[in-house]
Amino acid sequence: MIETISKFVIGYLILQGAFFSLISAIGVLRLPDVYTRTHAASKSATLGVLSILLGVFLYFWVLEDHMNGRVLLGILFIFLTSPVAGHLISRAAYHTKVKLWENSKIDELKEKKKAKDKVHS
Amino acid sequence: MKKTGLKTNDLILQTITKIVLFIVIIFSFHLFFAGHNAPGGGFIGGLITSGAIVLLLIAFDVKTVKSILPINYVKVAAFGLLIAILSGIGSFLFGVPFLSHTHGHVHIPLLGDTHLATAVIFDLGVYFVVVGVTMTIIQTIGETE
Repeated sequence: MIETISKFVIGYLILQGAFFSLISAIGVLRLPDVYTRTHAASKSATLGVLSILLGVFLYFWVLEDHMNGRVLLGILFIFLTSPVAGHLISRAAYHTKVKLWENSKIDELKEKKKAKDKVHS
Repeated sequence: MKKTGLKTNDLILQTITKIVLFIVIIFSFHLFFAGHNAPGGGFIGGLITSGAIVLLLIAFDVKTVKSILPINYVKVAAFGLLIAILSGIGSFLFGVPFLSHTHGHVHIPLLGDTHLATAVIFDLGVYFVVVGVTMTIIQTIGETE
């Protein structure tokens, strides 16, 4: 009984992970500029990979009776580092003056930077 | 790059580096010790350790890393070679050919019955050589202007 239920849960988790990875790939293709693309790539892909890894961990733990700590460590590691990577990419893009999407309304960081340059010059 | 005179604010990267560094280094030690019965060993463990030091170099500058880890990496590589050669020469003491290795079960307090192999000493040499060579290459390239 518990085996059947856990098989369904594991299958759902892995399918969900694959689905979110697909969504993030579509997002990277469809979205208009760097910032929205990193938004899609760093958020959705992270959740997708986390779901797949959780499914793998549960599969080996429940069905094969093998507790693998490295997978848990991998989940923690990706959860910590992937958003930071997205942040660094979009920050580097902003500082090298990559243009925002043409329909963007507000750029508060630009105003902040202008004010800061005035103080320092 | 144009010098603005402003200090770049790397708070997020530096904070996450401080946490992630421990995970990476512990994982490299795990791979080093798991090498006998599972994938891993001295080479990959040394590469991951030097990867952790490279992460430090990226998040902080070269001066800070040198004050944290005042290590001469050329000497580390030489030390590793010395360990590897000594682990080979050690087999002469027992009248067996060069680089013969042995293993056995030893009772250690706290850890209990442990399976120890002398091949680990050779692996330790490989580990130090890999760390030393990788970090020497990266620091030499990084310092030239």
